[in-house]
Amino acid sequence: MEKLLSKVFVSKLEDLPEKLGKTVIIGELELAVFKLEDGKVRAIENRCPHKGGVLAEGMVSGEHVFCPMHDWKISTRSGKVQEPDTGCVQTYETEVKKNEVYVIVPGK
Amino acid sequence: MSKQRLVLIGNGMAGVRAIEEVLQSTPDQFDITVFGSEPYPNYNRIELSKVLQGDTEIHDITLNSWQWYEDNNIKLYPGETVLEIDKEKQIVRTDKGRESAYDKLIIATGSLPFMLPLPGADKEGVTAFRDIKDCEKMIECSNHYKKAVVIGGGLLGLEAARGLLNLGMEVDVVHLADYLMERQLDKTAGKMLQKELEKQGMNFLLEKQSEEIIGTDRVEGLKFKDGQQIEADLIVMAVGIRPNISLAKESGIPVNRGIIVNDYLETEVPNIFAVGECAEHREMVYGLVAPLYQQGKEMAKRICGIEGDGYQGSVLSTQLKVSGVDVFSTGKINEDEHTKSLKLFDEWNGTYKKVLVDEGKVTGAVLFGDTSDGNRLLSLINKGASIEEYTESGRSEEAGADLISSMPDEEIICGCNGVTKGTIIEAIHNQGLATVEQVKGCTSASRSCGGCKSLVSDLLEHTLGDDYDQNQKESICTCTTLSRDEVIEEIKMKGLTHTREVMNVLGWKSEEGCSKCKPALNYYLGMLKPTEYEDEKESRFVNERLHANIQNDGTYSVVPRMYGGVTNAEDLRKIADVADKYEVKMIKVTGGQRLDLLGVKKQDLPNIWSELDMPSGSAYAKGLRTVKTCVGADFCRFGTQDSIGLGIKMEKKFEGLNTPHKVKMSVSACPRNCAEGSVKDVGIVGLDGEFEIYVGGNGGTHMRKAELLYKVKTEEEVIAVTAAFLQYYRESANYLERTSAWVERVGLDHIRSVLDEKQTFMELNHRMDEALSVVQDPWKEAIEDNRLLRELYQNVKIPAGSN
Ligand code: SRM
Ligand SMILES: Cc1cc2nc3c(=O)[nH]c(=O)nc-3n(C[C@H](O)[C@H](O)[C@H](O)COP(=O)(O)OP(=O)(O)OC[C@H]3O[C@@H](n4cnc5c(N)ncnc54)[C@H](O)[C@@H]3O)c2cc1C
Ligand code: SF4
Ligand code: FES
Repeated sequence: MEKLLSKVFVSKLEDLPEKLGKTVIIGELELAVFKLEDGKVRAIENRCPHKGGVLAEGMVSGEHVFCPMHDWKISTRSGKVQEPDTGCVQTYETEVKKNEVYVIVPGK
Repeated sequence: MSKQRLVLIGNGMAGVRAIEEVLQSTPDQFDITVFGSEPYPNYNRIELSKVLQGDTEIHDITLNSWQWYEDNNIKLYPGETVLEIDKEKQIVRTDKGRESAYDKLIIATGSLPFMLPLPGADKEGVTAFRDIKDCEKMIECSNHYKKAVVIGGGLLGLEAARGLLNLGMEVDVVHLADYLMERQLDKTAGKMLQKELEKQGMNFLLEKQSEEIIGTDRVEGLKFKDGQQIEADLIVMAVGIRPNISLAKESGIPVNRGIIVNDYLETEVPNIFAVGECAEHREMVYGLVAPLYQQGKEMAKRICGIEGDGYQGSVLSTQLKVSGVDVFSTGKINEDEHTKSLKLFDEWNGTYKKVLVDEGKVTGAVLFGDTSDGNRLLSLINKGASIEEYTESGRSEEAGADLISSMPDEEIICGCNGVTKGTIIEAIHNQGLATVEQVKGCTSASRSCGGCKSLVSDLLEHTLGDDYDQNQKESICTCTTLSRDEVIEEIKMKGLTHTREVMNVLGWKSEEGCSKCKPALNYYLGMLKPTEYEDEKESRFVNERLHANIQNDGTYSVVPRMYGGVTNAEDLRKIADVADKYEVKMIKVTGGQRLDLLGVKKQDLPNIWSELDMPSGSAYAKGLRTVKTCVGADFCRFGTQDSIGLGIKMEKKFEGLNTPHKVKMSVSACPRNCAEGSVKDVGIVGLDGEFEIYVGGNGGTHMRKAELLYKVKTEEEVIAVTAAFLQYYRESANYLERTSAWVERVGLDHIRSVLDEKQTFMELNHRMDEALSVVQDPWKEAIEDNRLLRELYQNVKIPAGSN
């Protein structure tokens, strides 16, 4: 069976803080949504694979975010934890249309 | 052809290293099985000292992860001890009843700590310092007890003692000889070392022979031959090690002090090798990693059937891993009738250098205070060089270069981690490394004791030539090779105004920096141009961006200001009301004389601040935290000054200031120092008619006692001196360097000489006032700014199933 996905409106683009993350809660799902310096918007799961740090509060550098708890470096594009640490977080597709930011999440 | 079976007994540093060598030469020749008594993968025993001193943690010292064994198809039996070697049938048997056949067997059982057979040595609270278990025992003990005694004033004993001090215990070091580290140092250096360690808080009992450990179940004290007795809750025996040879001996393998091996590390029994601290080569048993790694290399060649010259013995060098103390020794240590020596003794600066010369050749050295020549001397000894080569070359650059180029590629640069010259050069070329920090990150060279840093630096210079900036201090982070001073110089010269511009113009390697350089640049820019620079909230760590401390579960804490630790009924009522209304998880009295509301949701922070209507306590800031005060003249029978009044004045003056790291102050009203000025960045002690100003204290990870900067007469002078001191700290310290580390680095005399200049003193005060002029209360700022509120404190919440 095909997996059901839905496109959820999150925020106006200008309402997302620059080069920072935002906590977005959709039902049970908690995402960290970032507006990067190059204007791209990225969404990942808001829990660090190390000890559950809230990634939305991390420092953002390029496409990476540094977890605020113990400074793990995580790619907001691939969800991959960077060396020397290991692991990954779930990533979610995003879409920006007419200044409106959407994320694609599982659901009806 | 079926694979040969290679069995290793002893999952420690020497044995596993040898296996790595085997795997490197012939990856598929052997089926490898490893038995180890300890229930861990191979870890860096050397770093136990750093674990104890609080510089690293047990899970960070693993050398070979479980995954490594799996990836290399090694059968590992952790927590399993080999009890028997059947050398006829070529089988080993373990305590779990397992049998394992071998074609080749390596014994690498290391050493056992030597425990003095004193009456009472079996009591609880007596331990060795050898493995993770011992380390955990000491850490655990420091949570409940106060008084530690270390028997043995050698390397291990002193490192243990420093660790126990860091764990908050009082430490007596008992030593049999009349000076410390008598096997590695001569008397002059030993005595200098003692003085330095006494300054750090160690107490020494020299020429003392222990007789009995007293106590009922647990140790309570130690008695000496001369009748004297001292108290002890913990006794660490660090009197030496002895090779662990019982298994070999019982299995009929010839032993002397260690298991006897030839140049190829073969025992006298066919197909059985021994390596590491348990092996005896040409009547020498080694207890340091560098020679053991060399042995492993030669043995691996023989096991894999590769020709080699065999192991020829090693010249040892030692270094003590205690911060703030630089000691180095190598080769011969004491003069005899054949030797002449070259000595330099500078009592004033606390440095000492002795080089021993035997028939014109360098044969040994002892260095104290400045150990930068250490590795060069070691290499000269290894080469059999003449003393002229040392004296004539002096410290000239060619000397270092010569030495480096004459080294063979397989010469080990970092003994602790067994990294060779060849490996480092390859990494520099292939991965484009340019700094010592980067080499450390990629190859582990200089990661453990740090003794080879200067050699690594020479190697970088040798490999990169003019591209290598030899005088580089540590660069800010791996995004750049520039040091803090260089970056600041460039910012000033080129008039750079924001972090991205600094990174662009100065050629940062990563486009947008990292979590180290972003906040550092943000600080430097603000410090240089306080009234013009606009703080970048995206370059701030979460606590300083949200003005609250993040907790392990993602909630936050709120600490309002309570100037000088003084509060009133109205403030307390507000705190109580807020705590009730927002169901705060806990109200706690902090170590800084104020109250902390813990477990607050991010969304509630602004409301709480606005209802409290108190200024932020900056408990999250790299800035002024608290000014602790004592009761003082108004109430206390000993009080000489109004400590509360002065404390409040200082807190009001400096609150909100940005500094390289947090700053804590205190004011006490008599030498009893109830506000703990000795462990504050600035600690004021009021006396009758004057004030003492202490600076550079720290009660945290690296305890440091504050030093007396000045004595002054009036409160105004106290504040002006504090302002000048803090401003000079703001302008010259590295980001994240506490005053304790900074004072230690630049020296109090230097700071005093700067502040002594009337003009400079006034200018520093002036620039401090300028920096303070832009301070605003961050909580107030946030609750009055809708954009900030929305961007930083609100989450987006979307019910499931919408859209
Ligand atoms: C709240 C408090 C503990 C308490 O309940 O008493 C505290 C709590 C924290 N301390 Fe502390 N320290 C507290 C007093 C101290 C003291 C004692 C003192 O100030 O009198 C020290 C040792 C003295 C010193 O600093 O010299 C202290 C040495 C540290 C250190 C080590 C600093 C160092 O230079 O070695 C850190 C780590 C750091 O800052 O990098 C730290 C870091 C922390 C952090 C902020 C950890 C963090 O970065 O998230 C803790 C926040 C806990 C939380 O979840 O909210 N805390 N901390 C104290 C707040 C005092 C206040 O009113 O502001
Ligand atoms: C606190 C501390 C600090 C040190 N600092 C330094 C330093 O700065 N520089 C330096 O060069 N050296 C230092 N050393 C010494 C260095 O750690 C040792 O020289 C090195 O670990 C020896 O390696 P090894 O493999 O011979 O023995 P080990 O590392 O001790 O390994 C032997 C292993 O064999 C196991 N074993 C023993 N018998 C059996 C059996 N029958 N069956 C199965 N397993 C068995 C043991 O449990 C142990 O795990 C330090 C040591 C300590 C304790
Ligand atoms: S409050 Fe301080 S001492 Fe306690 S756990 Fe946190 S950082 Fe460590
Ligand atoms: S929780 Fe993210 S680094 Fe530890």
